[in-house]
Amino acid sequence: MLEFKHVYTRYGKVECLKGVNFHVEEGEMVALLGANGAGKTTVLKTISGLIRPAAGEVLFRGKSIASLAPEAIVRLGICHVPEGRKIFQRLNVLENLDLGAFVRKDTHAVNEDKEEVLRIFPALKKRLKQRAGTLSGGEQQMLALGRALMSRPSLLLLDEPSLGLAPMLVSAIFKMIESIHRQGKTLLLVEQNAHMALKIAKRAYVLETGQVVLEGQADEIRDNPAVNEAYLGGG
Amino acid sequence: MNAALELFIQQLINGLTLGMVYALIALGYTMVYGVIQLINFAHGEVFMVGAYLALTAIWILAALAGPLPFWVSFAALLVFSMAGSALLGATIEKVAYKPLRNSPRLTALITSIGVSFFLQNAVMLIYRSKEQSVPEIIPHVQVSLGRISFSLIQGVIFLTSIGLMIFLTWFVKNTKLGKAMRALAEDPEAACLMGISVDRVIRVTFILGSALASVAGVLFALYYGSVNFHDGYLAGLKAFTAAVFGGIGSIPGAMLGGVLLGVFEGLGAGYISSQWKDVFAFLLLVAVLISKPSGLLGENIPEKV
Repeated sequence: MLEFKHVYTRYGKVECLKGVNFHVEEGEMVALLGANGAGKTTVLKTISGLIRPAAGEVLFRGKSIASLAPEAIVRLGICHVPEGRKIFQRLNVLENLDLGAFVRKDTHAVNEDKEEVLRIFPALKKRLKQRAGTLSGGEQQMLALGRALMSRPSLLLLDEPSLGLAPMLVSAIFKMIESIHRQGKTLLLVEQNAHMALKIAKRAYVLETGQVVLEGQADEIRDNPAVNEAYLGGG
Repeated sequence: MNAALELFIQQLINGLTLGMVYALIALGYTMVYGVIQLINFAHGEVFMVGAYLALTAIWILAALAGPLPFWVSFAALLVFSMAGSALLGATIEKVAYKPLRNSPRLTALITSIGVSFFLQNAVMLIYRSKEQSVPEIIPHVQVSLGRISFSLIQGVIFLTSIGLMIFLTWFVKNTKLGKAMRALAEDPEAACLMGISVDRVIRVTFILGSALASVAGVLFALYYGSVNFHDGYLAGLKAFTAAVFGGIGSIPGAMLGGVLLGVFEGLGAGYISSQWKDVFAFLLLVAVLISKPSGLLGENIPEKV
């Protein structure tokens, strides 16, 4: 479904990704792991069109998307939930959900999806008219996920969904992500919390300073103590 | 009624009238600032062009049509001026600001001053430098109560301005584009990820702001009965003051700031001296910047983790 072929990116003169190769198949959940600054967020931004690759190919369903504008990429069915959630704090919860469906014209189906999102995240239902900035951190993450689902994406990119959440909320959010995946969404999950990510993902790639240094089945990576120590900070 | 109260009410009416005009211009400053963080100093010139377009429309009407009911002529002026200014606003954005989207903010700011000079001089060359008188479109009738008077043109200014402000509030609150504008103002990157076309929203913002400024220009031309190519400078600066006073980036703030600034000026002119009214306006700006730099309705939301 999604494929990176020797992708390079630059911030000014600094090379950020140095020939990254990876792929995500339809219906899979793939985790992208690695330390701070390894290039995980850059990979997601390159997919969603916020960053243009300096070289290499980004293919979605066989077609190159590297030169498309972000809004065109959203229309293809790719939705990126950025790090730090980036919900619209001054808008209310309902307006945030509506903006998630910005590119869609099928009003009826949008309303159905809204019902569905509120069923998955009942905490949001009581707060529809409330400013998103007044929600708790966990609720904001739920809103970010719900807003993403409103675009009815076929590929969902999640950047650090557990960041800054209390441990109890982290497992709740991961459960929700798992259930979204089970409903047939393809997911690319960027996480520093490798332990949790490897529990729910099928395959994983480990990035280090802009290169893929390890790839494999999630359970193999999880159960390999040497790998754990070298790349994922133990645990 | 005693004379002091009459003076107060009269100055209040005059101030509110002026305040409505400031508010309409201030909305353009605040909306553009909201989406691209640019103080568009050419905005006052769009107001001035709007006034000249009204004058042009009056000439055209006089040449082509016979006497019309005043509200038909007035509507024709509005449509003509808004269409012309909307086009002007979209062109300014495309030619002057879009190429600078990723440049430092100061570059765009200085460019806006350049655009302002360009428009002033272009209008001076086309319409001559001397003040032009605007023929009377709205009949000079008024209702009086003691020494208080309220003229038809003031009524027209109130109705038009309040109507447009209600429309704008509705637009920004309820339409898809309005929500996109607010989203873009808050977080451009996240707005991009929603599939919002940033270029389109910015263009619409300029079109809306310019159309509102041109309505202010039409009302100003009819109220004062004359236009001059440098009218945009002072009016633009006052409206900018109003936008900062209300909280730059805030739409209700610009409305409130404009109206209050007008009232402040009206009362200052009535009780102290009309020659000092510009001083009051800018004193207000200084006072706001010292005591509440974010303006009356401006806000900063801390980030939550």
